[in-house]
Amino acid sequence: MSEILEVKDLSVSFDTYGSEVKAVRNVSFQLMKGETLAIVGESGSGKSVTAQSIIRLVPTPPGKFIGGEIRFNGEDLLQKSEKQMESIRGKEISMIFQDPMTSLNPTMTIGKQIAEGLMKHQNMSKKEAHLRGIQLLKLVGIPTPEVRIKQYPHQYSGGMRQRAMIAIALSCNPKILIADEPTTALDVTIQAQILELMRQIQEEMGTAIILITHDLGVVANTATRVAVMYGGKIVETGMVDEIFFEPKHPYTWGLLGSMPKLDKEQEELQVIPGSPPDLADPPTGCPFVTRCPYAMNVCGEHMPSDTSVSSTHEAACWLLDERAPKVDIPESAIVGGNDIYV
Amino acid sequence: MIKYLLKRIGYIILSLFLIITVTFILMKAAPGGPFASERASTPAIEAQMNEAYGFNDPIHEQYFSYLINAFTFDFGPSFKYVGQEVTEIIGRSFPYSLILGLEAIFIAISIGVLLGVIAAVKHNKFGDYLAMVIAVLGISVPSFIMAAILQYIFAIYLQVLPIARFESFAHTILPAAALATTPLAFIARLMRSSMLDVLNRDYIKTAKSKGLSERVVTYKHALRNAILPVVSYLGPLVVSILTGSFIIEKIFGIPGLGSEFVVSVTNRDYTVIMGTTVFFSVLLLVSILIVDLIYGLIDPRINVTSKEGNK
Repeated sequence: MSEILEVKDLSVSFDTYGSEVKAVRNVSFQLMKGETLAIVGESGSGKSVTAQSIIRLVPTPPGKFIGGEIRFNGEDLLQKSEKQMESIRGKEISMIFQDPMTSLNPTMTIGKQIAEGLMKHQNMSKKEAHLRGIQLLKLVGIPTPEVRIKQYPHQYSGGMRQRAMIAIALSCNPKILIADEPTTALDVTIQAQILELMRQIQEEMGTAIILITHDLGVVANTATRVAVMYGGKIVETGMVDEIFFEPKHPYTWGLLGSMPKLDKEQEELQVIPGSPPDLADPPTGCPFVTRCPYAMNVCGEHMPSDTSVSSTHEAACWLLDERAPKVDIPESAIVGGNDIYV
Repeated sequence: MIKYLLKRIGYIILSLFLIITVTFILMKAAPGGPFASERASTPAIEAQMNEAYGFNDPIHEQYFSYLINAFTFDFGPSFKYVGQEVTEIIGRSFPYSLILGLEAIFIAISIGVLLGVIAAVKHNKFGDYLAMVIAVLGISVPSFIMAAILQYIFAIYLQVLPIARFESFAHTILPAAALATTPLAFIARLMRSSMLDVLNRDYIKTAKSKGLSERVVTYKHALRNAILPVVSYLGPLVVSILTGSFIIEKIFGIPGLGSEFVVSVTNRDYTVIMGTTVFFSVLLLVSILIVDLIYGLIDPRINVTSKEGNK
């Protein structure tokens, strides 16, 4: 598989009152053609900022790009002008957002909102765009698209709005689709439908997907590869099986451990004690040090470098250093086959 | 739709009835009468005049005759100006106020919205500060001072526009500008805050993620959503401007409806008070209805017909 997007050493900060919040710190990852990369992490770990940086939707100011590169088709997106970015957004890279209730313009028909991108990027006439809009709505599974295309967002249900969002995002056959928590605001049955739809479309169109989520169930169902983010950094990346069955980073253990298990009697849900670091003043060492049960002296002082576990699996943890004591995966983090299909 | 309109018109008639009743009570409760300020006349003459104008009738009879007058829009003659019908007075003076008012509304909306949008798009930059300084000045400087300043600059110092009276289009520019200042500033501030709010909405991010240019995002996606608060402010604004401003009309020597209204109150010219009040009220109620209809056009979520319960 060939690489379509490479993020290298990306750092993004936000100016707030009196301090600079370093939301994303030296993040690097690649995206292959046609794969689904899931970026997981808790709120505030920098996953949404990373995603929005790719199509430069981070508002600047207060946001600013401190450094790094985002290579798409060999060109650095961070060096592009705003005009050049306009021809990439929606055409090459599209995005769908978390809350379908608020991410569609309430004063414009769905048809017009789909047509806009088509008319801009593919020079379609109004009529062509309308017909293509009907096709797209049919593709995303909206019944009677000829009627629905003339309706306004408030006449759609939540699930249908997210379908319409997907139709908008896919209208110009983008190479990359960034889905920022696409199912968080939906109820579980609709969630499954939306994920299934995304998988189907990926098969048909070969779109690469970056899926931002904090729901490990969603990850297990849809992702090819996973990047775990914590405190503005990627702490572990690997194929989905590697992350679920051979996790190496204590934070990943914690994440997996806090997933409710179906086949075990649990009195209480497991949590990771403590709270994430303040990114206005990030720790010099590993960001997880204050919450890590295996923390050593070195962890607080030096950031561990990415250590390869296999050709596809990397983790940034001092436990992987040869001088570190051997620590086995805690039992709570061991995932049974049934657990992940929640 | 027709059902909705009929319902609204019904409400308008009900409101009018209440307004007329309250005006009548207030008018009667205030001491004095239309003949009080005239030269002292003998009691016999005064009694005769009261009798002739029906002031000696029982109060409820007077009330009913007023009510009938109001709904037939025939208010009878003025008590003050001999031989003039109230409808004539309104018909004569309202066109001045109408022309002036329409000009002022046009200035206020176009410049106000523009300033507000500029301020929001250039948030916390020079354009924003400039627009807001203009807005604060516009709100805090009273219209009569504004009128005097405009007269001094354009009529006396530069001598490009006539200073007063109402004879040609050039005569209307200064009073319209003075009349527009406060609403203009108000609209600018309203537009700025609502635009700032809308620009942070998710659907603006969606629009940007489609690759639309900044201009299309601002004017096609944001403006239509942001203008709603301004539209709802328009109802009362249109009326207060259309019915004329006593102060501006006095300063510029324009025989508009605003001065008629104020003068009629001080004169206790009952029929003119009643006539102008009913006229103002009809204007207000109708323009509020029109604003509601426009609202429904701009925002499809506010569907006026769906209130009938078929959706």
